[in-house]
Amino acid sequence: MAQQIAVLVEHLEGQPTDVTFELLGLARRIANTNGAPVEALLFGQGVRHLAETIPADRVVLVEDPRLRYLTPEATAVTLATLLRADPPRLALIPNTSLGMDVAAWVAAALDWPLIAYCEGLETRDGQLVATAQLFGGKILADVLIDDRPTVISALAGAFAADAMQPEPPGTIERRDPPSELAALHTRSVVLERPEAADVDITRAEKIVAVGRGIESKDNLELAEQLAQALGAVLAASRPLVDAGWLPRSRQVGKSGLKVKPKLYFALGISGAPEHLEGMKDAELIIAVNKDPKAPIFSVADYGVVADLFEVAEALLERLEG
Amino acid sequence: MDPKLQKVAEVWERDTAIVEGVDISGPWNRMFGQRVIWDYTPDLIEEIAQLPGAESFAWCYQCGKCVPVCPVDVVGDYGPRKLYRRAQTGINLLDSPDLWLCTTCANCLRVCPKLVDMVQIMPAAREHAMLTGRAIPAELQEALENTAKYGNPLGQPARKREAWVKDAGVPVPILHQIQRPVEWLWWVECYPSYHPRGIDASIALARIFNALGLDFAILGREEKCAGDSQRLAGERGLFEMLAEENIRTLSKYEFQHIVVTDPHALNAFRKHYPKLGGQYDVWHYTTLLARELPKLQPLLTKSLPYRVTFHDPCYLGRHNGEYDAPRQLIQALPGVEFVEMLRCRENSYCCGGGGGGMWLDSFAAGHQRRRLSEERVLEAVSTGADTLVVCCPYEVSRFEDAAKSTGVEGRLRVRDIAELLAEAMGLIGEGAA
Amino acid sequence: MTIVVVMEQVPDVVEELAIAPSGTDLDRDAVSYVVNEYDDHALEEALLLAEATGDEVVAVGIDTTGELDQALYTALAKGARRAIKLTGDFEGTWLSTRAAARLLVPVIQELEPRLVLTGVQAPDDLDGQLAPTLAALLGWPHASVVIGSQLVDGALQVRKELWGGMTMTLELELPAVLGVQAARQAPRYVPISRVRQVMREATIETRDVETSGDLAPAIMRLRFPEEAGQAEILTGSASEIADRIIELLRARGLL
Repeated sequence: MAQQIAVLVEHLEGQPTDVTFELLGLARRIANTNGAPVEALLFGQGVRHLAETIPADRVVLVEDPRLRYLTPEATAVTLATLLRADPPRLALIPNTSLGMDVAAWVAAALDWPLIAYCEGLETRDGQLVATAQLFGGKILADVLIDDRPTVISALAGAFAADAMQPEPPGTIERRDPPSELAALHTRSVVLERPEAADVDITRAEKIVAVGRGIESKDNLELAEQLAQALGAVLAASRPLVDAGWLPRSRQVGKSGLKVKPKLYFALGISGAPEHLEGMKDAELIIAVNKDPKAPIFSVADYGVVADLFEVAEALLERLEG
Repeated sequence: MDPKLQKVAEVWERDTAIVEGVDISGPWNRMFGQRVIWDYTPDLIEEIAQLPGAESFAWCYQCGKCVPVCPVDVVGDYGPRKLYRRAQTGINLLDSPDLWLCTTCANCLRVCPKLVDMVQIMPAAREHAMLTGRAIPAELQEALENTAKYGNPLGQPARKREAWVKDAGVPVPILHQIQRPVEWLWWVECYPSYHPRGIDASIALARIFNALGLDFAILGREEKCAGDSQRLAGERGLFEMLAEENIRTLSKYEFQHIVVTDPHALNAFRKHYPKLGGQYDVWHYTTLLARELPKLQPLLTKSLPYRVTFHDPCYLGRHNGEYDAPRQLIQALPGVEFVEMLRCRENSYCCGGGGGGMWLDSFAAGHQRRRLSEERVLEAVSTGADTLVVCCPYEVSRFEDAAKSTGVEGRLRVRDIAELLAEAMGLIGEGAA
Repeated sequence: MTIVVVMEQVPDVVEELAIAPSGTDLDRDAVSYVVNEYDDHALEEALLLAEATGDEVVAVGIDTTGELDQALYTALAKGARRAIKLTGDFEGTWLSTRAAARLLVPVIQELEPRLVLTGVQAPDDLDGQLAPTLAALLGWPHASVVIGSQLVDGALQVRKELWGGMTMTLELELPAVLGVQAARQAPRYVPISRVRQVMREATIETRDVETSGDLAPAIMRLRFPEEAGQAEILTGSASEIADRIIELLRARGLL
C-alpha cells in the first residue's frame, strides 16, 4: 500500500473550517492516482463527534486539553511526532494563521521539504508538481516533489473545486498525546471574538466593497449611499479597516471574512491576493478600478476601467431618481 | 520673585514712579501691573526660536496683520499671531496639530512688519519634532517614505517616470537615450510624470514645445523629486539627499537652461540648489512661453469660448515673483474672456498643496471646516468663470477634487495653461491631429 | 538583555517583475529591493518592547543583495543598539528560508536574546516562513501573525490574529520567536538626516559566514499567472456604464 496523504484538520471550538474539506478533497484526488489512503490528523479536546464527519480513509485522533485551541507549539510538536513515526507521502496543512505556524515548524524539525502558498498540485508525466504563489501573487513557482515526504502548505480557496462534504471516515484511530506535550513553553490561551457587529457581511446577499481607490474617509458616504440604493451591505479591504475608516467586521479578505454573496461590487480595490481569497467565489463580481492591470479583474465577471466616483454617482442617479 | 516682575509690581504699587532715572508718574502706570502673560514663561516661544531658521518666531509683536491673509484661518483658526499667542499661553507648537496646518504660502510674510517667516519657521520646527521622536501624520509619513524609496511621493516605480512619453504623440527626447547636448532640459517633476491629469498637461506642453521647434529633452527615469515640499514638511535630510542625486545626474549632461512645470521645483532650483552645488538658469514654462509669444501667437488659431479665471500659484507668484507671464499667455488665447478673482496676484489664496499640504489633507480634515482648495474653487465660480486656469501640478487634481466635493463640477472645468494653449493650437482636443 | 530582529531585503513587488532566462529565478537586474514590510513591523514591535523593558535591540540580516546596509542603518537610527550583517558566498542568490535560518541560528544563539522577532512572511517564502523555521531549529516556542505583544512577569503575552476579527492570546516562555503581522503602532518615521548621521557615526558589524548545502529553493520553473483577461470590460461614458450595470443586475434578479 502506497504511503498515505496526510491532512491536518483545522478547526476552532469543534467547527471545522472550509479549507479542511478542500484539502481532504485534494488529498483524495492525489491519493486516488497513487492508490494511497487519505489520513486526517485531528487534534483537539472533546472532538470525537467532529472525527465522525471527516471524509478520510482513517482519522488519527489525539485528544488533550493542551490541544484544545491548536496553538502553535502544541500542534506542531504533536504533528511532528506522528509524522516522524509514520511518514506520509505528503502532509497537507492549510496556509492559514493556524497552519502557517505548524507547517514551517514541522518541515524544519523533520528536515523535510516544504512548499508554501500552494495553489496547485497535480501529477504531470507521473511526477507530482506543486505550484506556489509568490511575490504578491505576481509570480508562480512550479516545484517538483521528489521521493522524500513533503509538507504542502495550501492556500484556502485554491482547491475549492476538490472540496468534499462532511462524511464518516473509514476508521478512527486514537493515539496517545505525545510526551512532549508535558514540556510545552506555551500556555494560557484566550480566544477573543470581535464585538457583536452591526452587520454580518458573510450573510449579505449583496456587497459593495471599497478599497484604497476611494481615497478618503469622506468618500465613504457616497459608497454607503450606493450600497443602500442597491440593497447591499458596505464592506472594505484591509487598508481601510487598518486606517479605522470601518470596523473590522466589514473586512473582506484572508485576515478578515470570506464572503460568497450573489453580488460583489468592488470599488477602487486593486485585488491583492489576500483580498481575492475573501471574495473570489462570489456569484457576480463587478469591479471598478482606474488601473486596467488591477488583479481584481482576473476574478471579476465584469470590469470597468474608469473613475469610480463618476460611475458611482451615475448609478446613484439612476437608482434614486 | 523674578526681578522683572518685581520692578513691574513696584510701579503698580506707587502713584509716583521713577524708573531708570525717568519720571513716569501718573495714573497710566497701572499699565505696568501684572498681566496674564506672566502666568506663563516664554520657554515655549524660545524653544522654537532657538532652532536654526526659526529665530523670527520670537519677533512677533501681535499686530495681527497676518491673520486675515492666512488661507488656513479662513477655514479654521490659524495664523502666525495665533501660533505665537498659543505658545505664550502654554501650548507647545511641536505637540500641536498647528504644526502641520501651515502650507508655507507666504502671504503672512508678505504683510508682516517684523518679517516673522513661517516659510523658515515651519520646516525648522517640523524637523525638530521629527528628530525628537514625535509622530507625524500617517499620510505624510507615507509620502516621505515613498519619496526616499522611489524618488516620488506617489510610490510609483522610478522606471515608470518616463512612461507617459509613449502617449505624447510627439517626440519627447530622453537624455539617457539621446546622449547629446540640448538647449533646454525640461524638468518634468513627479505629478506631471505619474498623475493622469499631470500627464495630460505634460503631453500638451510636449506638443507645444515641438510646435515651437524647441530643442529640449527630459531626464525621464533618472529624474528624482526636487523635494521642496518635503523639505518644508520637515525633511531637510531627504531634500539634501535628493538634491545631491539630482545635481549628480544633471552634471552628466550638457544643457543651457532648465524649464520646469512645477513652481516648487523652480523654488528648489533657484533658492536651495546653489548652496548644494547646483547652479542653473531655471525658467518656469509660462515665463518661457510668454517670451516665445511672438512665435506662439500665430499658432493660436482655434477660438476657445471660455470665461476663465486664473489661480496664481503661491510658489510661482509670491515666492518667485512671476505674475505676468501666465496672464500674457491667457490674454493671447483667442476667444477667451478673462476675469480676475478678488484674491489674486500677491494676495492669491493658497490651494492647500504647498509645504507638505498635498499629503496632509486627511490630517487637516480634522481641523478645518473645508479644504483650502474647496474655498478657492467656490471663489472661482463666484467670478462667473467656467474655467479655472492653473500652472502648478498640485492644483489640477486638488481643484478637480474640490469641484466634485463642493458640487460645482458641472460648472467649472480646471485646465493647465499648457492644455488651453495646446487646444487653441489644435494640438489636443476635438479635431486634434 | 537583548531582543533580536531579523530583517531582510526582498524584491519590491510594486515594480514589474521579470523572470530570468534560466526560468528559475527573477531577472535580478530588473529588481529593486526594499525592506520586507513585515520586518519593519517586527522592528517597531521590538523597539516598543525594548522601550518598556530597557532591552537592547539588535538588528540582524543576511546580505544577499549587497544593499542591506541602508536597512540596517535605518534600524540603528530608529533605536536599535547594534546591527549585524552576515556576508558570504550567497550574494545575488535567492536564499531559501531553511538555508537562511541555518545561517542565522548560530548568530542568534551567540547573542543569547530573550526574544527574536521577524516579519510574519516575505514575498519569496517558497519554503515557508522564517519565524516558525527558526523556532524549530532553535527549539524555542513561537507564534506567528502577531499583532501585539507585552512582557508580563518575565513571560511574553502575544496576540495572534486568526480570522474575521478573532484573536488568540498566548503566553510564551522566553526565549521565543515571533512572526509579526503588525506592530502595536505603525512603524515610526525616522528623518533622513538622522539616518545619514548614523551612517557617519555608527558601524555595522560584518560577519563572514560559511555556507554549505543547497542555498536556493528547488524551483522547476517560474512563470506568470494567466493574463487577467477574464473580466468582460464595460466601456463608454459613466452614464452608459451605469445603464449597463443596472441592466446586468436586473437580468439576474438582483434589482
